[in-house]
Amino acid sequence: MGEVAARHAEPSGGRSSRTNLPDRAWAVSLTVFGAAVLVVAGVIVGALWFVAAPAVKTLGLWNFVGSRQWDVTRDLYGALPFIYGTLVTSAVALIIALPVSVGLAVFLTEMAPARLRVVVSFPISLLAGIPSVVYGLWGLFVLVPLLRKPIEPWLARTHFPLFSGAPIGLGYLAAGVILAIMILPTITTISIEVLRTVPGSLREAALALGATRWEAIRIAVLPYSRAGIVGATILGLGRALGETMAVTMVIGNSPTISASLFAPGYSLPAVIANEFAEASGSLQTGALAALGLILFAVTLLLNVIARLLVRVSQKGPARVAA
Amino acid sequence: MKIEVRGLDAYFRSTHALRSVSLGVPANTVLAIIGPSGCGKSTFVRCINRMHELVPGARQTGQIFVDGKDLHARGVDPVDLRRRVGMVFQRPNPFPTMSIYDNVVAGLRLNGIGGDHAELVEKSLRQAALWDEVKDRLHTSALSLSGGQQQRLCIARALAIGPEVMLMDEPASALDPIATAKIEELIRELRQQLTIVIVTHNMQQAARVSDHTAFFYMGELIEHGETEQIFTNPREPRTEDYVTGKFG
Ligand SMILES: Nc1ncnc2c1ncn2[C@@H]1O[C@H](COP(=O)(O)OP(=O)(O)OP(=O)(O)O)[C@@H](O)[C@H]1O
Ligand SMILES: [Mg+2]
Repeated sequence: MGEVAARHAEPSGGRSSRTNLPDRAWAVSLTVFGAAVLVVAGVIVGALWFVAAPAVKTLGLWNFVGSRQWDVTRDLYGALPFIYGTLVTSAVALIIALPVSVGLAVFLTEMAPARLRVVVSFPISLLAGIPSVVYGLWGLFVLVPLLRKPIEPWLARTHFPLFSGAPIGLGYLAAGVILAIMILPTITTISIEVLRTVPGSLREAALALGATRWEAIRIAVLPYSRAGIVGATILGLGRALGETMAVTMVIGNSPTISASLFAPGYSLPAVIANEFAEASGSLQTGALAALGLILFAVTLLLNVIARLLVRVSQKGPARVAA
Repeated sequence: MKIEVRGLDAYFRSTHALRSVSLGVPANTVLAIIGPSGCGKSTFVRCINRMHELVPGARQTGQIFVDGKDLHARGVDPVDLRRRVGMVFQRPNPFPTMSIYDNVVAGLRLNGIGGDHAELVEKSLRQAALWDEVKDRLHTSALSLSGGQQQRLCIARALAIGPEVMLMDEPASALDPIATAKIEELIRELRQQLTIVIVTHNMQQAARVSDHTAFFYMGELIEHGETEQIFTNPREPRTEDYVTGKFG
């Protein structure tokens, strides 16, 4: 429909937008669709709010958000362990996945022969389609035992406070690693596409100044792709924050807060999925709905922060275009 | 001879872009390369700083010597070579994420020369006839410049690393007459210190700035000699047809 409108619009070359009906129709319908998306988001938030508000009121907003106690039998509902678990596992996932993905994308686009890029990037993009429950099973049967036996005891020897306590395998670290593996294909695949848009003339400019291959990547290729790679990271982060199944299978599902990554924890989506069906009473249902709102807010907030980071650090094409 | 080319053949996959080209460029002279579009001028200059071999599927045979040293001899590092043999590309390619200032010093930073380069930046931009237009906005994005300004920025960037040889692929194609005159003046001035190979479609420009001229046609070097002779008394009829504007 857009093409039709554009084709109509061009030859007529209407200077005044009033007479250009297809263009106007197109603009109006886009605006309507855009508004519809916002309305749907608003309705979701509104519905959650409707369920959550009485519970939050009873519990007290700060008491709810700031408390680390979640005990259904004693009617104690604190959101902090889940917020903490979601943030920590997503952070672990990003710390692992971002350098690996970007490194892989750079290697495949800048260094590897074209044939290798095809051979490697196709299976990577397939990984993105594996259902998360399969990742969870793999985590339970392969990753968790591996963490329990050689990896966690070995990390513990660094005496780093993040790596302390009993190496039980299930916990923040396991969830973070699973999430890293799940978001790696997303970030890698998009980063490859982004890197492929870098004009060859920029690489040549750097090389002709006496840059090595790596220096050309550093001064010409990566700065040009930064906004796109951040976008890829936001998408990956979004998936990590909202991932439910794989996380709940390996995080240990314990509503506690621990400094050590070895310890079991819980996450926002995991607790909602696990407890909602058997929620007893409107207070618990309301508290779970409120957790959903918090997840929504956290996701939104991190998106905004990431976008602001790009905006602030951006000197390149995006800013000129804006 | 600063640059000596012997039996150079260059290919892009199945395209035979240069056919057994041989010529020499004495130190501190300017060689102009002329010829119709697609005859291999850019390919020729890109062989001299080993940029040609970076194109996927590109090959070359024959030898090129700079200061008597074979570019493909063992132990010749193309990265070092490109620091000595600077290049201005046919299409302007400033770094879009960098400021004007950072573009000019990009080569120095690569060579690990840190510190304040304000003087050198001014000198390079003055040489490239750009200083007056940008002196008040050195720290804005290079993309805020017009196409012709970007081309001059690229000239300044190449000059700033102080090369011994400068390859210029149609450096004035996007410039107005005033800026063109300044660049031609720069070329005559630079000849005191370095050796220049310039590709141009402008016969008058070739006649004004160069000591020698080489005429390429369909990948072959048809004629090469003193500029005066090429333009007034060419040996080859095809050269005469081209410089008098009968084809091309
Ligand atoms: N990247 C490439 N891949 C394949 N063929 C190429 C490539 N670059 C150039 N060629 C071919 O090599 C030949 C020589 O091209 P070259 O760019 O050297 O011409 P030129 O003399 O610089 O032309 P112009 O005056 O238009 O810049 C042409 O036939 C061209 O089609
Ligand atoms: Mg060319």
